[in-house]
Amino acid sequence: MMEATNSQSAELKNALEIKDLQFFYGSFQGLKNINLNIAEKHVTAFIGPSGCGKSTLLRTLNRMYDLYPGQRAEGEINFYGQNILDSKQDLNLLRSRIGMIFQKPTPFPMSIYDNIAFGVKLYETLSRAEMDERVEWSLTKAALWGEVKDKLNQSGLSLSGGQQQRLCIARGVSVKPSILLLDEPTSALDPISTAKVEELVHELKKDYTIAIVTHNMQQAARVSDFTAYMYLGEMMEFGKTDELFLKPKRKETEDYITGRFG
Amino acid sequence: MMNNINQALYAKRKRSNFIGLTLSMISMGLGMIFLLWILSILFYKGFSAIDLDMFIKSTPAPGTDGGGLANAILGSLMIVTACTLISTPIGVMAGIYLSEYGANSKIAAITRFVNDIMLSAPSIVIGLFIYAVIVAQVKHFSGWAGTIALALIAIPVVVRTTENMLQLVPIQLREAAYALGAPRWKVAFSVTLTAAKAGVITGILLALARVSGETAPLLFTALNNQFFSTNMNAPMANLPVVIFQFAMSPYDNWVDLAWGAALLITLFVLGLNILTRVIFREKVQA
Repeated sequence: MMEATNSQSAELKNALEIKDLQFFYGSFQGLKNINLNIAEKHVTAFIGPSGCGKSTLLRTLNRMYDLYPGQRAEGEINFYGQNILDSKQDLNLLRSRIGMIFQKPTPFPMSIYDNIAFGVKLYETLSRAEMDERVEWSLTKAALWGEVKDKLNQSGLSLSGGQQQRLCIARGVSVKPSILLLDEPTSALDPISTAKVEELVHELKKDYTIAIVTHNMQQAARVSDFTAYMYLGEMMEFGKTDELFLKPKRKETEDYITGRFG
Repeated sequence: MMNNINQALYAKRKRSNFIGLTLSMISMGLGMIFLLWILSILFYKGFSAIDLDMFIKSTPAPGTDGGGLANAILGSLMIVTACTLISTPIGVMAGIYLSEYGANSKIAAITRFVNDIMLSAPSIVIGLFIYAVIVAQVKHFSGWAGTIALALIAIPVVVRTTENMLQLVPIQLREAAYALGAPRWKVAFSVTLTAAKAGVITGILLALARVSGETAPLLFTALNNQFFSTNMNAPMANLPVVIFQFAMSPYDNWVDLAWGAALLITLFVLGLNILTRVIFREKVQA
């Protein structure tokens, strides 16, 4: 089932190459033998029933799991050729290159402006004018500038849920990462906000590589170029989104996407 | 119409409800009676003692008329302020360590255990300890010794509340900061602590309220000073010890001053409690 991948990757540049990835929560194996390439400046979606390991996989890509003792990954994840599972990998630097947006909006308890400036200040020294420009640029990218440009000094918590999530996307974009990981970014949002975020994903893939986990199969079909179907910690099928949804190669995938299971 | 209801059972339940409600109302009434009793006597006896002299004159010598509490008010303010300045950074940093760094490690578990013992340690023991290691060594009582004794009481309170408040901050907020490449200290100080700010300040104010009425540790350390003094290195007047000494004295003006001092401390603590409520409510609305 991997041949499709390989033929596609021939023309595409891979941002991430995952090889024989195993993941453990203590003694429980959460991911088994994952092999997958994530193409540069494309959207790769991960679908599957709850507990299948799609979020776990996403959290290995920026080593978020490292915050928790007892969780470990084996195998290789090559980020433009460099294995990020290497113990010498600088995690803070890695996470500034591979950003992440979460399920629930997580604005920091500070002004809208400072929410953006927080991440930028970590690795860059900008003048006030340059920072103003970066804040505007990020908020514009996240389609939020028009709504907040007159209240940049207000708390990020004063925004609506959908605006908060776009603020978080702006914050993720502001540090100019190479990859953005989106972990069910619209599951806490209303349909209108969801549509805005999906539009955003379309815009962002011009400049960023995007990996998105979603429970919503229509969403995966709408926003992604490639889709991976996962089940019980294994990669069941991976391919171009159109092909996977129109003529899945495996019975299990078909059952899941047609709603007979899951 | 309610044929399926067992009337006897229903009546019984109504009775038990009545009894339970009555008992809890009586208990609440008892508590309130004593509280109001204390407050009314305090106001009745203390209010008449409060006048301008109380704030501008120092404690009177035995047998002299009048006098005030200026030296004790200043002493208490200096000791409690210094105590807050010492215990806040130590308590908050230790709380950050326990919540953000130590987590489930053995050293954190031991620290938490010892801190809990310190929380309930009798304050007279702490006074005695400071007497032994500081006062007895330098051979004189001092405002600093009192400050340190009070800080030992305040620190465990601040540590506990800081840790608890940081624990209430959702883990997702920390992850969001880590996901931007922020190092651990930056996440702890700029994001987690900021999110828990109102709670942490509340903890500090509650510790302040707790120590501002402590008497036992000051008896052994700051003692008292009849004269107006800003020297923290010498014995220092303070409200709790003045209350202790004056309330049982044979002089009427001393007894009056003791009541005035008691009312002052009570109003101060009441003010602190109101302030904590205001701060906490603002946070909830934010």
